[in-house]
Amino acid sequence: MNGLNDRSRAAGEWILENLVTIIFVAFTLFGFMVSSGVSVGYFFSELSSRVFRNSFLVLSLIIPVLAGLGLNFGIVIGAMSGQAAIAIARYYEMGGLSGLLFCFAAAAILALFCGYLTGRLYNKTRGQEMIASLIVGFFANGIYQFIFLFAVGVIVSVPAIHPMIKPDGVGIRMTVDLVPVNQGGLKYALDNILQAPFVHSLLVVALGLLVLLLARYWLNKRRGRGHLNSLPSLLINGGLCLAAAAVAAHAIVTNSPLMMVRKTPVVTGLLIIGLCVFTVLIMKTKLGQDFRSVGQSQHAAEVSGINVDRTRIIATMISTVLAAWGQIIYLQNMGTLNTYNAHTQIGMFSVAAILVGGASTSRASITHAIFGTILFNAMFIMSPEIGQSLFGQALLGEYFRTFMVYGVIGVALGIHVWKANKKNRLTVD
Amino acid sequence: MNNNLLQFRNISKSYYGNTVLSDISFTVQKGEIHALIGENGAGKSTLMNILFGMPVITGTGGYEGDVLIDGAKQGFKSPHEAMDAGIGMVHQEFMLIPGYTITENIKINREITYSNPVSKIFGEPLETLDTVAMDSDARKALDQLDMDIEEFTLVAGLPVGHMQFVEIAREIDKTGIKILVFDEPTAVLAESEAKNLLAAIKRLAAKGIGIIFISHRLDEIIEVADRVTILRDGEHVTTKNISDTNTVEIASLMIGRKVAVDRAHSETRKVSDEICLSIKNLHVGMPGERVRGIDLEIRRGEIVGIGGLAGQGKLGIANGIMGAYPARGEVYFRGKPLKLNDPRGAIRSGLGFVSEDRKGVGLLLNESIELNIAFTAMQVGNRFLKQAGPFRFQDDGAMRAHALEMIRELDIRCESPTQHVGSLSGGNQQKICVAKALTQNPDVLLVSEPTRGIDVGAKKLILDLLFRLNEEQGMTVIMTSSELAELRSICDRIVIICEGKVAGALPPDASDAEFGLMMSGSGMTQDKISTQGGAVHG
Amino acid sequence: MAELNETGRGPLKPLRSLFSGIGLPTVIIAVFWAFTLVAGHFVGISMATLLSDTLKRAGMNGILVLAMVPAIQSGTGPNFALPMGIVCGLLGLVCAIELNTFGMVWLLTSIALATPLAAAVGYGYGKLMNAVKGSEMTIATYSGFSIVALMCLAWLMVPFRNPKMGWFIGQGLRETIQLDAVGGAQILNNFLKFSAGDVIVPTGLLLTFGFFAFLVWLFFRSKLGIAISAGGINPRFALAAGLDIDKNRILANVLSTVLGAIGIIVYSQSYGYAQLYTAPLMMAFPAVAAALIGGATASRARVSHVVIGVVLFQGLLTTALPVTNEIFVGTDLSEIMRMIIQNGIILYALTQVKRGVQ
Repeated sequence: MNGLNDRSRAAGEWILENLVTIIFVAFTLFGFMVSSGVSVGYFFSELSSRVFRNSFLVLSLIIPVLAGLGLNFGIVIGAMSGQAAIAIARYYEMGGLSGLLFCFAAAAILALFCGYLTGRLYNKTRGQEMIASLIVGFFANGIYQFIFLFAVGVIVSVPAIHPMIKPDGVGIRMTVDLVPVNQGGLKYALDNILQAPFVHSLLVVALGLLVLLLARYWLNKRRGRGHLNSLPSLLINGGLCLAAAAVAAHAIVTNSPLMMVRKTPVVTGLLIIGLCVFTVLIMKTKLGQDFRSVGQSQHAAEVSGINVDRTRIIATMISTVLAAWGQIIYLQNMGTLNTYNAHTQIGMFSVAAILVGGASTSRASITHAIFGTILFNAMFIMSPEIGQSLFGQALLGEYFRTFMVYGVIGVALGIHVWKANKKNRLTVD
Repeated sequence: MNNNLLQFRNISKSYYGNTVLSDISFTVQKGEIHALIGENGAGKSTLMNILFGMPVITGTGGYEGDVLIDGAKQGFKSPHEAMDAGIGMVHQEFMLIPGYTITENIKINREITYSNPVSKIFGEPLETLDTVAMDSDARKALDQLDMDIEEFTLVAGLPVGHMQFVEIAREIDKTGIKILVFDEPTAVLAESEAKNLLAAIKRLAAKGIGIIFISHRLDEIIEVADRVTILRDGEHVTTKNISDTNTVEIASLMIGRKVAVDRAHSETRKVSDEICLSIKNLHVGMPGERVRGIDLEIRRGEIVGIGGLAGQGKLGIANGIMGAYPARGEVYFRGKPLKLNDPRGAIRSGLGFVSEDRKGVGLLLNESIELNIAFTAMQVGNRFLKQAGPFRFQDDGAMRAHALEMIRELDIRCESPTQHVGSLSGGNQQKICVAKALTQNPDVLLVSEPTRGIDVGAKKLILDLLFRLNEEQGMTVIMTSSELAELRSICDRIVIICEGKVAGALPPDASDAEFGLMMSGSGMTQDKISTQGGAVHG
Repeated sequence: MAELNETGRGPLKPLRSLFSGIGLPTVIIAVFWAFTLVAGHFVGISMATLLSDTLKRAGMNGILVLAMVPAIQSGTGPNFALPMGIVCGLLGLVCAIELNTFGMVWLLTSIALATPLAAAVGYGYGKLMNAVKGSEMTIATYSGFSIVALMCLAWLMVPFRNPKMGWFIGQGLRETIQLDAVGGAQILNNFLKFSAGDVIVPTGLLLTFGFFAFLVWLFFRSKLGIAISAGGINPRFALAAGLDIDKNRILANVLSTVLGAIGIIVYSQSYGYAQLYTAPLMMAFPAVAAALIGGATASRARVSHVVIGVVLFQGLLTTALPVTNEIFVGTDLSEIMRMIIQNGIILYALTQVKRGVQ
């Protein structure tokens, strides 16, 4: 959608701006061409469960970007808060919906506290927030391990016979089974509330988006804000929605392989949509406008009397809480708590995903997040397949996708800084 | 007098015992356009800082005297208190967010909101923005200025003239705005934009807003203002009705001559007729000191002064020639073309530079005196080095010997040549800068603001040093300074820069009015004094 | 933290500069180390073993930490892209094995092959750093990560045939290559090795580190080194003095990358194994932390900072492992401690940085 606003710019500029996205689209299409082993059913099953699992985390990155903090690799701290909450719930054998709600509440409290501290740190490392957010994630991981591996058992005594405690009575096990929800655990506590066939969800979402697009267009026009509308973008986006709806309807009618795709979790989906709505609405409040003002120019915001430090801390806190919830959604879907590994990568993966969607250090939207999550995970599924079919080694594909994650972040950030520096270069005139 | 909207009564201010304002009193009335004029350092900005309760004032012990608004005494502790009391400022450099629409810029941190269910629980920050009301407010403010531009346009693409109007719209949108300060509002505007702006200012005044108009353009002041207050060296020279005065009088009052210029004299000086540095159509992109096409010729053995008000581009000239900022144009040095944007080439060809930014550009503050003095000569001229195989190392002995010689010759007061220059006084630091430049054995020395920020005694020493270098070694000196008096004390002629161009050249004994008019860019001087070749005074 | 920017080229004013030059982090880590040593003594761990290990680990990490000096001095900031140099070194190392070299010849061949490669890579990296001024640290980190991931592909695909480093089946190189097989394990450590009491001194290793430390120290007293430092301290001063700052920054990064390459070769021989694939991924951080612990900042570093820092940091880690294991049986507290100290000191340094693009 952003590409359309840039119609007037030169094509080269457009390509540079969307370089990362273009590479990913090309790569995924290439994957489909060369690999024969991926069935449509398998691909969409994998993709939809990954998207439902990860979207919330990726969406948690938007607000810090708008508030000028850049990409918050520090969401791993939120993820750790979420895991801590889950660990507590698991320890006291809370489960089901009430256990899940407890997790959300406990995680929020922890994440608010951690987010506050992180926000203070970002204010002290102004201009270097991104490297600071990466390092603070590593730092927090040390503290997390101290608590989970050492404090539990040495400082707080726990029964060694508890299934999540290591046999020697010190520390939490590497992997903790979250117990399926029908046995009183947390696994699928959210996903299993209500499930719908994939194509039905697709149909509803596509039509819903279409209605939303039309309603926004009409409302803007009626309120005399027609300048916000763009007919070509309405036609393209509306067309895409219609096409998706048509594919879904066709699948239902003809009972095509798409009907074989795994069912989708409705409540999780609603939560993701809820977060999208929340993000849109908060940006329409005074607080949201302050985020944007601070993000656009700290100096101008300061001069106009906005408490810049406080605004940045609030943005970080919101992001951390959302990440904590996102991690809970992620883990209830995984079904096991990979105590010391589940959180370490999510910062980089989420950042890579939103960058793939077309975001940058200073620009991010819901479209970027959702589109990026879909594209990024498509690449993730396809990579081993490409490695397998081109070189006969799936491992190659796995290394390749790691390279893509790091490369995407490096390239996207590099281009952004390079362009900013070029713009700020002094000239004679 | 009921019409006294704003009154300054016996305002004095000093920073750490250094008086910058003494006993200023004047009033601004309802609907009056009151011009404020003075050279750099005359105290205009300090006075405005006092009016706005800026931290720089409150944090340094406040001020003496009273500021009265509508007859009531005020003591603003912060700019926000001042704004709440109805005082607004239109800044010279815009405080606008380019990525915002005009409305958003006008309403920044004053957004109109309405409550929603969430905000009733969590409080005001979560109230929803009322974009419709904000747009209509912005529209009203723009209409008052006769701006027919759409309020939802992004500021990013606007011409500068419009940006200025958005700033003004923001100020007049604030409820109860009483006093509006314009700080050099026309400096960045094209002629037609400036005309529009002046007309808008007049309209605002007609609505009863009191306006303080700070400008160096005398013609504008005559055109738009009702009264003018002239400050000089922190003192209130006079306040006059515009109808009772003219540009010539304002100019001469602004420059004023406190003490008779103490000209340095010498019998042995020789100024040759040979042109040693010739500048043609030089443009320099130094932010805040842009040079927009300058022609200048410097004779060998001459001491040329470059003067002018701050921000007019006088500092850009030396920086442009020396490659510190991007430059375009032609410069010939001793008949040969000098490559621009090449600091190394400029130094190699025999130009020495003492920067106006002593601490930022001139020195490595945490390094020793000897290294600072030798640095450029070592890097560019390959001196003070010892060869060891393919590598060249610094020659401590040679550096020490040279530093000791310079310390003696320039009378640098220090403990030892290994002392860090950061711990020296301003005057001694400046001498290190000069020593560094002299170590390069330059033919021409470009010195910018040599006495900025150093005490009176040290000032004299520096000026004497420059004069002595010229007298004894025949060194050509190009001295750029904001202090006209010091230019007049040693220079053979003074070139005045205004708005990035040469306004003219004057002999040091020209009248105050001539200097004042020329610095203000008033057209009147153009036919009086020719641009080239002021008389050489020896 | 007085005198952050002191580079102390002048003669030392002995006591004053000794104390004012030592920063708070250095003192904290030193006290902490002393504390673990004392604790170790009481739980009955041999001091000689601890000191021997400290010497060995300081020596093997030394050159990697030394690689920070040129990068920091030039104003690029700590070289978070150290893995770039490291993979160059590893590539030289495996190429030397493929050439069937042995012992000292293997070591020298590795260095000879790795150096030009690292120089070329460092040149490109330096250019990149010039393009992204203000955000060097973030971009450097991800450049390093990307290269490591890219090299994972390369390790898997290189058509090397030497059985000493291939998988038993299939293509590509092993994750860890035993250097015993090429007579390279501890080859430097064992050179002139001697025991003082029970303390084993790996003379060759320490001499190598000392030699490179001396070279770097000497370099920063040369005309070029002084120019690079000046560009780092005050770019505007350097520009006004006619220096080509961008060129100097590239040179400094070439130097840093080459040191990284040589550093990993020296490290590997001491360790006895060359670790490929993702092993180099996080190696920049302990190196950065060591320099910072020694008293360097994100904008100033001296060779003395490296020496002090690497001894303190590695000393603490070596001591903490057996001591905590003794006190709290079965926990790996030293790894946790490494994470907290290493990243804590980097964060502290970041809070002291005053620049960056918005």
